[in-house]
Amino acid sequence: MTSTRKLPYKFVHLQRNFKSKVVKKSIILIFMLALLMPSALLANSEAPVSAEKSETKDVSSEVVEHIMNHVADANENHIATIHEAGVEKHISLPLPCILFNKSTGKLSVFMSSKLHDSHEGYDGYKMDNHTNRVVDAETGKRDTFYDFSITKNVFNMLLGFFILTIIFFIIKAAYVKRAGQAPTGIQSFFEPIIQFLIDEVAKPNLGAKYEKFLPYLICVFFFILINNLLGLVPFIGGINSSGNISFTLVLAMCSLLLINLNGNKHYWQHIFAMPGVPKWVLVILTPIELLGVVLKPAVLMLRLFGNITGGHIAVLAIVSLIFIMGKMGTTIGGATAGGAIAIPILLFVNAMELFVAFLQAYVFTLLTAIFIGAAIEDHHHAEENH
Amino acid sequence: MLLGFDPMSLLTPDLGLVFWTTIVFLVFWLLVGKFAIKPITKAIKDREHSIADALSSAEKAKQEVQELQQSNVSLLKEAREESAKILKEAKEVKDSVIAEAHNRAKEEAAKIVASAKVEIDAQKKAALAEVKNEVSKLSLEIAQKVLGRELDASKDQQTYINSLVDKLN
Repeated sequence: MTSTRKLPYKFVHLQRNFKSKVVKKSIILIFMLALLMPSALLANSEAPVSAEKSETKDVSSEVVEHIMNHVADANENHIATIHEAGVEKHISLPLPCILFNKSTGKLSVFMSSKLHDSHEGYDGYKMDNHTNRVVDAETGKRDTFYDFSITKNVFNMLLGFFILTIIFFIIKAAYVKRAGQAPTGIQSFFEPIIQFLIDEVAKPNLGAKYEKFLPYLICVFFFILINNLLGLVPFIGGINSSGNISFTLVLAMCSLLLINLNGNKHYWQHIFAMPGVPKWVLVILTPIELLGVVLKPAVLMLRLFGNITGGHIAVLAIVSLIFIMGKMGTTIGGATAGGAIAIPILLFVNAMELFVAFLQAYVFTLLTAIFIGAAIEDHHHAEENH
Repeated sequence: MLLGFDPMSLLTPDLGLVFWTTIVFLVFWLLVGKFAIKPITKAIKDREHSIADALSSAEKAKQEVQELQQSNVSLLKEAREESAKILKEAKEVKDSVIAEAHNRAKEEAAKIVASAKVEIDAQKKAALAEVKNEVSKLSLEIAQKVLGRELDASKDQQTYINSLVDKLN
């Protein structure tokens, strides 16, 4: 009697154990997939293109060019190109150009729409219709001037900046006005996120001094997040600003400065003279540690760049599937088949991108907090424990 | 070269974009970080503290109420005991008062009875003396009449008769 009663209990117990293990493992797997996704998707995005290389070289090269031009920065927010009776008509949102000529030292400020008015260009500049970038009217290159224009990435960033600033000041007013009361409205959407950043990112990694770094961590999280999310909105251009290496470079530089300017004696000691290590090993170890100082933020920079750019390329490659298949069949049938394949995948990838937008903002913030935490950590406690 | 596109251009930072990102992000950090996020995190922290304080003070108040209730119970018990004690004492006092009064009344009554007896005796004696006097007078008169002569009211006779009367008793 007892054995028969015990068996099912054990079985249930085993099953439960197994279940929790599976859940844990699948969470880890999803997390790793999300981290590895850009490389995988990059490979995917290239695959159909290279496969059709020999037959439809013009289509695939056009697709790659479109994708790369979209992912890169531009001097106007290009929305569509319409082929009308053999004439290409560009519909785009004009953006201000601020150009500084290297040789003459002349500063030119004008709207990008001026460049479309005439084929000769304006002020010695013209618009490259493929890359949507301002180029020298004579050489057709970009190395004769400095471009401080409000490009589409800057436009996207400014949009995000204004949205966030307005939201944060509204929230702040609510906190001041309703001090000590439960949050309402937009406040209750942002409070759990802020609370999460405080409790899960700042406090465990930064210890007692966490409050000093909270403004940076929260700012960097929301700044990346809003740019990631705006990049997913198609009609303002799906601009890839947070996936641009310049953008991630600046944020990584801020993290680098914050980590190293706050590094305490122990942090520098561990870099230049790791305690408990023989002198001859230090000859090898110190350059590695010094490299690590730069590598940590460099990895932050590349991870964000890779993930967001990879996502944009993936989405565009899947959209392009419709056109590639349409051209291949040269009928609407091919496009329909392409659409049938592309739309479900696109839906999935877009949902994934939404997740990645949050995840990458979180990862950047978390790693910055961990690196700062390691730099400001008091090593007395750690050494006592050893 | 990937189909006429230089992939390295993706990995090359652009001066203008670096410039604008730096400006936009630093302004955002200084403006929002200082004037919005600091007050927000402070407000959240303050609220956390006030909630914790409120909870602990509620717990304290609960404990106080419990203590108060306990002390009330003990107070009630004490009061009951006290009243019982007082009642008991009052009863004792009453009993003793009644007993004393009883004794005093008895004593008083005894005294009154005794003094009444004394009075009665005195009255009796006086009355008897009166009666004797009266009787001696009458007997004298009777004897005068019987003898037909007036005995002189000498002292000897008087005394003699008196002794006679005394002997009558």
